[in-house]
Amino acid sequence: MSQWKDSGKLGLILLVSPLALWLALFIVLPHIDMVLISLRERVAARQYAFSWGNYTEFFTEPLYWRTFLRTAVMSILATGLTLLIAFPVSFYIAKMLRGRLKAALFILCLIPFWVSELVRTYGWMILLRETGLFSSLLQWMGLVDQPVEMLYNDVAIMVGLVYTSMLFMVVPLVTTLESLDDSLIEAAYDLGGNHLEVIRDVVIPHAMPGIVSGCIVVFMLTLGNYLTPTLLGGKDSLWFTEQIYTQFITRFNWEQGSAFGMLLLVLSSVIVWCGLKLSRQSFTRVMT
Amino acid sequence: MIPSIPSSRFFRRTYAAYVALFFVYLILPLAVVATFAFNDSLFPSLPWNGGTLDWFVGQKEPALGIFYDGELLESILVSFWVAVAVTILSISLATCNAFLFERHDFIGKGFLYMMMLTPLVIPGVILGVSILIFSSSIANGLEDNYDLELELLRPGLPLVILGQFAFITTIATLVISARLRRFDRSLEEAALNLGASNFAVIWTVTLPYLRPALIGAGIVSFLMSFENFNTTLMLVGSDAPLTIAMFDRLREGSTPVLNAVSVLLMVGSATLALISLFVQKPKSD
Repeated sequence: MSQWKDSGKLGLILLVSPLALWLALFIVLPHIDMVLISLRERVAARQYAFSWGNYTEFFTEPLYWRTFLRTAVMSILATGLTLLIAFPVSFYIAKMLRGRLKAALFILCLIPFWVSELVRTYGWMILLRETGLFSSLLQWMGLVDQPVEMLYNDVAIMVGLVYTSMLFMVVPLVTTLESLDDSLIEAAYDLGGNHLEVIRDVVIPHAMPGIVSGCIVVFMLTLGNYLTPTLLGGKDSLWFTEQIYTQFITRFNWEQGSAFGMLLLVLSSVIVWCGLKLSRQSFTRVMT
Repeated sequence: MIPSIPSSRFFRRTYAAYVALFFVYLILPLAVVATFAFNDSLFPSLPWNGGTLDWFVGQKEPALGIFYDGELLESILVSFWVAVAVTILSISLATCNAFLFERHDFIGKGFLYMMMLTPLVIPGVILGVSILIFSSSIANGLEDNYDLELELLRPGLPLVILGQFAFITTIATLVISARLRRFDRSLEEAALNLGASNFAVIWTVTLPYLRPALIGAGIVSFLMSFENFNTTLMLVGSDAPLTIAMFDRLREGSTPVLNAVSVLLMVGSATLALISLFVQKPKSD
C-alpha cells in the first residue's frame, strides 16, 4: 500500500512483537522447559542429573503404557463414531433442507455446545447412573427388576466423548457439504450411479477437507479430555490425562509428569500429521 | 439423497427419523439437567416429588439454593473476573495479529502463522502443565538468585488467566482475521485521500467495520474462558473458578443446586449466543 503514510518497518515490528512475546512466553519456552524437566532425575535435594529414566519408566511399567495405548485407541474409536453419526445429519442439514428450517436445525446443533462441558457430562450422569433416568425407565417398563448401573464403564465414557465432540464434526461437515453443487449429485445419478457410488465417488471426495479437519479436532479434544472420562468412567477410567494429573498434582513428581505430557503431545502430533498426509491437506488450511 | 432425486418414501421417513433421533440425543442431557433443578428432592434423580424453587432461593441446609450458597456464588464471581481479563487480553492481541497477518508481508510469515495456530493442537491439560512448569522455573530462579518471592508465578488466578489467554487468543485471531480479510480497502484509501491520518483511518473506518467480529470474538472468548476446565485445573490455586468448584461437588455427590447453577449457565450462554448472532447478522454491508 503506497498511500499509507509511514507504513515502514516500525509498524511491522510493533505488530510482530506482541505475537512473538506471546508465542515465546506461553507456547515455545514452556514446552522447551517441559522437555528439559522430563529428561532429568532428582539425585539429592535440589540436585538434578540428566536421565532417560522417566521415559524408560513409562515403557517398563505396564499400567502406564497400557493406559496410553487405551487412550489412543478409544480416542480413534470415538472420532470414527462421531464421524459416522454426524455425517448423515450434516448431509441432511446441508442438502435436504432449505431456508429457515435449515438455519434453525443448524443452530440447534450448536446450542448444546454453548453450555459448559461440565453441565453436559452432568446430564449424562443423571441419565446413566444407578438411580438415573434410564435405569428407572427400564424398571418401570418391567425389563429389569432392580436398578442397573450404566455409569462407570467404557460405553458410558464413549457416549460422553462422542456427545462432547459432535459440534466439532458437524460444523466443518455442513460447511463443506453446502459448497457441493446439487447438479454434481444429479449428474452422477444421470450417469447411472447408485446411492453408494454417488456417496463414495462424489460426496465424500468433496467433503474430504471437512472430514479431515473435523476428525483432527475431535481426536485432539478427545485425547486431551479429562472431565468426561473422569466423571463418566469413575475410578477405573484409565485415561492418560489422569496419569498426568496424578503425577503433577497428587504425587508431585513433575519429572515423570512432564515425560507423560511429552509422550501425549508427540502422539497427538503424529496422528494429526498422519491424518494430514493421508488426505494431502495442509495444517494451515485445515485449521482455518 | 437430495430432494431433486426421487427416493422411496421408506428411505425418506427413515432418514428423517434418524435426524430426529439425533436431536433428541443432543437435547436430552441438557433437558434432564434443567428439569431436575425444579424437583423437590435432595438428589437429582427420580421420583418426581413436585416442583420447587428451593434450589434457586432455598435459604437453609440441606435445601440451600444457589443464590444463598456462598461458596458457589464466590466461584461464579471468580470465573467472571477471570473471563473478563482473558477476553480483554485475547481481543487486544488478536486484533494486532489480524492486522499483522492480513496487511503485511514479511519473511517467515507462513511459519509465524503456523506457530500462531499451534495452541489449537496442544491438549489443554498439557498447555496447563507446561505453563505451570515454566512459571515455577522462573519463580524458583528468582527466589534462588535474587531472593525474590513472586506469588504471581505460583498456581493461582493470574496463572489461570495467562493459561487461558495462551489458547483463546488463537481462536479470537481467526474470527477477527476472517472479517478483516473481507474488508474493502478502497474505503481506507478514500479516507486517506481525504486527508485522514493512519490512526484516524483505523479508528474511524476499519475498527467500526470490525466491530461485529470484535464483539463476536469477545463473546466467544468470554464463554471459552468461563467454561474452561482442562487448562484451569492445572493452574488453579486456592480460589476456585466455577467449573472447578462444580467438579469438586459433582465428585462428592451433590444436591440439585448444581442443576440450578447449570440452568443459570444455560440462560447466560443462550443470551450471549443470541447477542452474538444478532451482532454478526449482516445489516447493510
